[in-house]
Amino acid sequence: MKKGLLLIAVALVFSCQQKPAEEAPKTETPPAPVEKKEEAISDKGIGPITEVKLGPIDQALAKKGKEIFDSKCASCHKLEEKYVGPPLKGVTQRRKPEWIMNMILNPSEMVQKDPIAKGLLAEYPTQMPFQNVSQEDARAILEYLRSVDEGK
Amino acid sequence: MPTQKEAVKSVAPGDVASKVYVPPGKHDEFYVFFSGGFSGQVSVYGIPSGRIIKVIKVFSVDPETGYGFTPETKPMLMTSHGFIPWDDAHHPWLSQTNGEQDGRWLFINANNVPRIARIDLSTFETTEIIEIPNSAGNHPSPYGTENTEYVVAGTRFSVPIPQKDVPIDSYKENFKGTISFIKANEPGKMDVAFQILMPGFNYDLARCGRGPSHGWCFFTSYNTEQAHTLLEINASKNDKDYIAAINWKRAEECVAQGKYQEMPATYYHNYYDEEKHMAVSEVKKSVKVINPKDCQGVAYFLPTPKSPHGVDVSDDGEYIVGGGKLATVIPIHSFSKMLKAIEQKAFEKEIDGIPVLKYDAVLHCELEKPCLGPLHTEFDGKGFAYTSCFVSSEIIKYDYKGCKVVDRAPTYYSIGHLLVMGGDTKKPYGKYAIAMNKITKDRSLPVGPELLQSAQLYDISGEKMQLIHEFFTVGEPHYAQGILADKIKDKVKKIYELEKNKHPYAVKSEKDARVERKGNEVHVYMTMIRSHFTPDNIEGIKVGDTVYFHVTNLEQDWDIPHGFVIKGSEDAEILVMPGQTKTLVWKPKAPGIYPFYCTDFCSALHQEMQGYVRVSPAGSNAPLKYYTGTAQK
Repeated sequence: MKKGLLLIAVALVFSCQQKPAEEAPKTETPPAPVEKKEEAISDKGIGPITEVKLGPIDQALAKKGKEIFDSKCASCHKLEEKYVGPPLKGVTQRRKPEWIMNMILNPSEMVQKDPIAKGLLAEYPTQMPFQNVSQEDARAILEYLRSVDEGK
Repeated sequence: MPTQKEAVKSVAPGDVASKVYVPPGKHDEFYVFFSGGFSGQVSVYGIPSGRIIKVIKVFSVDPETGYGFTPETKPMLMTSHGFIPWDDAHHPWLSQTNGEQDGRWLFINANNVPRIARIDLSTFETTEIIEIPNSAGNHPSPYGTENTEYVVAGTRFSVPIPQKDVPIDSYKENFKGTISFIKANEPGKMDVAFQILMPGFNYDLARCGRGPSHGWCFFTSYNTEQAHTLLEINASKNDKDYIAAINWKRAEECVAQGKYQEMPATYYHNYYDEEKHMAVSEVKKSVKVINPKDCQGVAYFLPTPKSPHGVDVSDDGEYIVGGGKLATVIPIHSFSKMLKAIEQKAFEKEIDGIPVLKYDAVLHCELEKPCLGPLHTEFDGKGFAYTSCFVSSEIIKYDYKGCKVVDRAPTYYSIGHLLVMGGDTKKPYGKYAIAMNKITKDRSLPVGPELLQSAQLYDISGEKMQLIHEFFTVGEPHYAQGILADKIKDKVKKIYELEKNKHPYAVKSEKDARVERKGNEVHVYMTMIRSHFTPDNIEGIKVGDTVYFHVTNLEQDWDIPHGFVIKGSEDAEILVMPGQTKTLVWKPKAPGIYPFYCTDFCSALHQEMQGYVRVSPAGSNAPLKYYTGTAQK
């Protein structure tokens, strides 16, 4: 396994944002193909999760999330202590729920393309692995982290 | 023997390189599995590039992964002779359904201590090994049937059955052979279904029929002279030896009718449970033996010149080609003529209850003056057979129905077996043939007296065979099989799921990591994840203890194994795959501090992945203590 080091070296260059195509002057001839632009990075991160609807804390889901967290995440993430990865207390206030789930589900692309995740890799150089969790598992972990942050 | 200059000539002009060039990052079209011969393992190559992509651990211990060293894998190498760390693996055979490769399993034989192994092609790991009783030199094996109902085994060496202490020169009186059929269709359930007692010849290679000849398997024999010394001369006297044709459906009937003897025999069946990550051995105590005298129609002999090696069945199931090493012709038998000869009782004699069919009654044709030392044959599905010729170092291509050689190509040097992609199935892919050569001299940079065996790749898609590539192999391949990558690649596992890990000493969460003492045994339930062990500091171990490090890799990411080893360990390291648990057993001999570390470069902080064990003198009161980081337990 030699990927860890490589990823650190990857510096991704984003193309400069150009004016949106619809503002270009209209012409008689069909418009030249517009170069595909990098998608703007949203604060929801990059990955399969585009929208999460949050309700009151679901205690059963949070409990399941804690079990998964203990098995697959706790080796590297503590709540209040800087460890292999960042401390996670307050993470649901710092990041969008979609960002958190995308980081769990799609960590290798996140650390290459998402500016926040890239910054974290520089600070914590052990690449966060995908731990073979389903979207449901990731949602449960999110619920657990919410329950921690809301003190419930 | 051809020279190197001729080799250059044999490569036709044109863009040969692009035929074998697979750009970085692209995948090969075929997997090819080479037997390791005296390495005891199987090596996997991508073709056409000739790049090695895996060595599968089968019959030999492997210090790289701990195979055969750990308590989990030692049972895999148990036999009635005890723990055997090595064997001689000869013939890989890919499982089939309906006469076509199905990409489920690879089987391979062990020659020295007769066994057959199953390799699961979703993990490329050996998952089952069965020992063959009443056998010696399991050479004509495993060569299965068209729905993988059975894989077969036979005795290269005849021996007393059952074994007994007799003078060797009582060979003719006391020595017998056996041919065995092993149920192969269900993982974990390999079993010797029945054995057939055969005259004391040497049984050499085998192939089972397909299509019309499904239900039959064919075995070559030599030393029908029944010599027991200086076989080089004494077993080369008869003009013809025999191909044994075994009707296994008839054998099944005889077993159902009770026409067999239940013979006491001790042999091992070893099975690796993928969810427990652990192998168990089962000792079997008897085997069903059929005497052809009691089961008429189970076996026939086809006279075949001369000391035949290969016996190969065409893709349509009709033609049976014998590779008579010392013969001046290649005999091609006809299966339908054989059935007719049996019906008409065209027998010349009987040996131990086995009728010998008349040569002319079963022969389709003799390929005249084919080459010197014909050995082994495969088919391309387009009406052509390809036979390797050891003595004249060449492959010949011929129309086996018309009995006519159409092309020949030199090999470098002294080819043993060859393979045509899918060449033993109902639907060969053709396209490539590979020569497995025995003598390498001058084909690679010199590396001392021992050279790796060379393999040469031929494009056989056109009229003329064309040598397009050469590469070098692990051990001494005796045979290889190729399969379209598409039949395997999407089924291959990337991790072992942690949730499914049922190893009795697995810990699936760091918080469960712990150390427990039971008398002089200390069990360390350890986890590993990039890039630390839990626990990584352990105290309270004493000289005289046996320490079991049960290490679980918590990663669930492809290609992230971690290794574990401790200073002074007398065993191999363990290399633990994602989601897997393995055990390293350690007996510290002197007080002191012993570092352990991860041996597989896993992350930027791999070099930090380490720990210490403190060993105190025997009888000291040092309490058990273990932790990782600041949180002492």
